[in-house]
Amino acid sequence: MNFDFTEEQEMLRDSVARFIQDEYDFDTRRKIAASDAGFDRDKWNTFAQLGWLSIPFAEEYGGFGGSAADVMVVMEQLGKGLVLEPYLATVLLFGNIIQNGGSQAQKDEYLPKIIDGSCLGAFAYLERQSRYEMADVKTTAQSNEDGFTLNGEKVVVFNGANADHFVVSARTGGEQSDQQGISLFLVAADAEGVERANYRTMDGQVVANVLLNNVQVSQADVVGEPGAAFGLIEDIVMKANLGLAAEALGIMEQLNSKTVEYTRTREQFGVAIGSFQALQHRMVDTFMSYEQTKSLVYRAVCALSDEQEDAATAVHALKVMVDKAGKHIFAEAIQLHGGMGITDELDIGHFAKRLMMINTTFGNGDYHQAKFNALRYN
Amino acid sequence: MDTAFSPQDLAFREEVGAFFDSAYDDELRARLHNPDPAVFPAAIVEWQKRLFEQGWIAPAWPQEYGGTGWDATKCFIFETERATRGIRDVSPFGLKMVGPVIYTFGTQEQKDRFLPSVLNSDEWWCQGYSEPGSGSDLASLKTKAELDGDEYVVNGAKIWTSYAQFADWIFCLVRTSSEGKKQAGISFLLIDMNSPGIKINPIVSIDAHHSLNEVEFNNVRVPVANRIGEENKGWTYAKALLAHERTAIAGVADSKRGLAQIKEFASREVNAGVALISDPLFQKRLADIEIDLMALEFTELRVLASVASGGAPGAESSLLKIKGTEMQQAVQELMMDVAAYYQGVFPGELSDEEVGHDFGPMAFRNYMYGRAATIYGGSNEVQKNIIAKAVLGL
Repeated sequence: MNFDFTEEQEMLRDSVARFIQDEYDFDTRRKIAASDAGFDRDKWNTFAQLGWLSIPFAEEYGGFGGSAADVMVVMEQLGKGLVLEPYLATVLLFGNIIQNGGSQAQKDEYLPKIIDGSCLGAFAYLERQSRYEMADVKTTAQSNEDGFTLNGEKVVVFNGANADHFVVSARTGGEQSDQQGISLFLVAADAEGVERANYRTMDGQVVANVLLNNVQVSQADVVGEPGAAFGLIEDIVMKANLGLAAEALGIMEQLNSKTVEYTRTREQFGVAIGSFQALQHRMVDTFMSYEQTKSLVYRAVCALSDEQEDAATAVHALKVMVDKAGKHIFAEAIQLHGGMGITDELDIGHFAKRLMMINTTFGNGDYHQAKFNALRYN
Repeated sequence: MDTAFSPQDLAFREEVGAFFDSAYDDELRARLHNPDPAVFPAAIVEWQKRLFEQGWIAPAWPQEYGGTGWDATKCFIFETERATRGIRDVSPFGLKMVGPVIYTFGTQEQKDRFLPSVLNSDEWWCQGYSEPGSGSDLASLKTKAELDGDEYVVNGAKIWTSYAQFADWIFCLVRTSSEGKKQAGISFLLIDMNSPGIKINPIVSIDAHHSLNEVEFNNVRVPVANRIGEENKGWTYAKALLAHERTAIAGVADSKRGLAQIKEFASREVNAGVALISDPLFQKRLADIEIDLMALEFTELRVLASVASGGAPGAESSLLKIKGTEMQQAVQELMMDVAAYYQGVFPGELSDEEVGHDFGPMAFRNYMYGRAATIYGGSNEVQKNIIAKAVLGL
């Protein structure tokens, strides 16, 4: 039994933490969020130079060969800085799909470019009607002599506005909600028939709805097994959920520590409001919510690293906790900051908005509660 | 004990509904919900003028000052019919806050000068209570008013002032004495927003909108005739106002409307072929809120009935404020969860049709700004202190 970080993980953590402290303060982040692209290419290149973009990839492609714990370490720190650069979309989604399901040629082509920062990726899995059900796919891939023709629309594609390449889920068989019959395709953002409508989300991201109008892809652009890619999607999304939860954990820690600090200095009725027992107890409650979340993050890391059978259960439980603890912590952080908590000027609200977005990404608490119930009680 | 509507009440409900349906047309609705500051303020005034012409702009005011003389039941019916249709409530600062203070505590000259333009919405009011250093501890306020001949000279700053940028007048609590208890040195002033020395600093809020402001006062001269009641008695008048404000803040009818919208949206949202409204986990969350709201509706009726029979809202208004704002936030949170990924779509980025969803941005805006409800009007923590002291005797 050991919950310590390795020396390597501590170095990795310190390296990201130092970057956030020195180069990613809240004002810098605000400027990046207000820019057209919604992220900073120079910062992304820094990520590449520091080796963070290589964490989950095998050494043969120039990767770090990292574990779920290594990803957790990075994501937790990125969360603390509310980092906007597309680590989730490019590395944890696009990159991991290529690594786990891609052909040798695809890995050789894309992984080194992800690692050196020159390729930005996105995973286009959602559709207007699909809500949280990733198997609900209407986009079609019609087989022809040159490969496949894609038609349909993908929505709320993270990093969709800036991605050079997409992995797109499309149906080569089966009915609308069948897991069977779903295939994955690599699509260049500048391919003929690809149209993007970009818009901003509350957490400062620029996302896109991606329209696919008779987009021709080749046989070599198929990722994973045709018609049987759903297992790959589930696996990648499970790991991405762990990364998101670690990001949420970093945010929760920031909200709690900033709130405690504020109540130490804010005076009302002649004393610091942190001296009121009623408020102390509430901050103790949010502290406990944070610790409980941390324990489930660690539990999921262990389950995934050991490839335990109940890894899926652990991740569903974690996502339920992130929803519950996240709402609890940011609601209290805003409330205890009073009027200041509802300003755009203070970072508190921005942490809250990112937590809300994490909540809804790959299913909110209710969705994962239902999945958990089905695994545990059915 | 009985809450059945009389035939007269039912006829009144018909009349109110018919008026709302014709007067609040789609074109006006669109302008009122347009976040563009060049559009919605004029639309608010236009809507309030329609209510004024109908004689219904201030249902709760005494008839002699332009009110309707309706009993608690009729006021409840009016409010319910308004909220059910998603009709925006009137701007509260003149009609629900300073108006009642003026007709209760003001001089005849003040009533003649100010009440008509509150009723016909020719003048827009804002509220100057909180200060950067005085939030929950409102009585610690420091904005100072010093007598100089027949004028006060005001220096200081007010904060969280909603729509100060549109306001013609601000009603302010100012310090006129630093002797004795801090509540005993406060006066209530009406200040012309065009006075020299007033500066407005905009504050962008968490929903990325600008409705809030900081208002600075640098040697602003205010005629003594614009003071309400006696010098150093302002706290008494302010407390009476706050009780009215808190009763209005509960917003039960609007929460019911929100719940109805949630049911409609949740019938459309489908996950793996199952409508969200049919999901037992979702039903449990919905029912938790609905049951609390059923209770709160009757709590509000009990308070209204006691006010109608001559009582003044006291600590009960704190109860309504706490539960009402908690329910608003619960409704807003559930709406966010119904909107799923689209809760995060920034209002106005793309048309609803392009985004593919029509209530996500609305859910976002309501939810985010809704966080303020447990803070403003006296934070819920302060309301609990009031109940502990006034009701429990602790």
